[in-house]
Amino acid sequence: MPLAKRIIPCLDVDHGKVVKGINFINLRNAGDPVELARKYSDQAADELVFLDITASSERRDLLKEVVERVAKAVNIPFTVGGGIRSTSDARIILCSGADKVSVNTAAVENPKLISDLAKIFGQQCIVVAIDAKRRVVENHAGSFIETDEGPIWFEVTTYGGRKPTGINAIDWAKQAADLGAGEFLVTSMDKDGTKDGYDIDLTKIISDSVRVPVIASGGAGKPEHFFEVFSIGKADAALAASVFHYNNYPIPFVKKYLQNCGVNIRLE
Amino acid sequence: MPRIFIFDYGVGNLFSLKNALENVGLETKISKSINQSNNLDAIALPGVGNFSAAAKKLEPAKELINNLALTGIPIIGICLGMQLFFQRSDEGSGYGLGLFKGKNVRLSSSVKVPHMGWNTLKIIKEIEILDNINDQSFVYFVHSLYPVPIDKEIIVTQTEYGTEFTSMVASKNIFGTQFHPEKSGETGLKILKNFARIVKR
Repeated sequence: MPLAKRIIPCLDVDHGKVVKGINFINLRNAGDPVELARKYSDQAADELVFLDITASSERRDLLKEVVERVAKAVNIPFTVGGGIRSTSDARIILCSGADKVSVNTAAVENPKLISDLAKIFGQQCIVVAIDAKRRVVENHAGSFIETDEGPIWFEVTTYGGRKPTGINAIDWAKQAADLGAGEFLVTSMDKDGTKDGYDIDLTKIISDSVRVPVIASGGAGKPEHFFEVFSIGKADAALAASVFHYNNYPIPFVKKYLQNCGVNIRLE
Repeated sequence: MPRIFIFDYGVGNLFSLKNALENVGLETKISKSINQSNNLDAIALPGVGNFSAAAKKLEPAKELINNLALTGIPIIGICLGMQLFFQRSDEGSGYGLGLFKGKNVRLSSSVKVPHMGWNTLKIIKEIEILDNINDQSFVYFVHSLYPVPIDKEIIVTQTEYGTEFTSMVASKNIFGTQFHPEKSGETGLKILKNFARIVKR
């Protein structure tokens, strides 16, 4: 199986600057998305994800400028997400140099957005992000899994995890795949920020349910977590933020570890 | 500076390819139509979109591109751009340029499609565009179909994904890659540099 497992650092961007603690040494401007993109690309990151969290009217222009500058600086693929609600939002991002767009809340509220995007730009540019939360099965009718804590299901949440939707994440993933999702970015809202490892059950069940690549997200704290999500969770790619930003485990270290565990990884 | 014409089928990201070609010292011109007076030194067919739609957009330029190919002008086709070198595609109706005989077929259903991510090149033929590229180098792929050339002589590299498929073809001045050199980090940049060197000659 020569297709390498991908390691993807995620950068949260607000008003054109990377937010969340960034702890790289020797960076002239630690919050500059371009400089960080270049740094990660030099460390053999396989892709980058930018999540725009700007909440203001200049959002589009600011983001367009960042995307153009990043595209000029690096020649690895990158995805941009956050606030993409229409095909015209996506067009601006893709024509500024991003390779993929990720949609989340807007797609849950209007699933047709996925098929519209796929039709215009091609399935390969459309990442559907799912923010999922574990729920104990009471009288829920959709797909569920058996765990040590009893049967559970995964609920889709929107607006950054703030709004529960009642939608079953497994069923949503299947529907989104049929509509033309090219890839899934699956974030565990239970694990996000904990550093105790990815939600393996969630990643595995989504990966088993769809025929397109799955990026696991939320919970990475050490190299073992990456190994676990690739080997047991069947993830195609693993996304992480703080574990790389704080330089606890730099990307080359994590990649070397994975290679030693027998995972197919691109080192370079 | 030598000029390379990037054909625009009307959708998606041409920015990365434009940038990468400029980084290796070529002047780029992006346009939806090509004519004799463009005064160009090379042509790039980029890799975004659908075969039928792109073939239709390419139709008016077909004769000119094929004539320029015969004059020896370097042409690089990337992903869909390379698939358009061939005659037909299982992706849909329409005719490619027919520079090479063969058609594009779908990847095996035993693997996740699209084939997305970094995979390795098995070098079948050592040619100039692969100068300084090691066997088993990683490059970036995003595709659901691949070409099956009738003439096996044009196969330069192969890649394994569900099946062993042709990931690069070349014949004289015509080069095609199923992967995206403009997204393949250092390895991709080296390949484009080699291409630029061929253009400059």
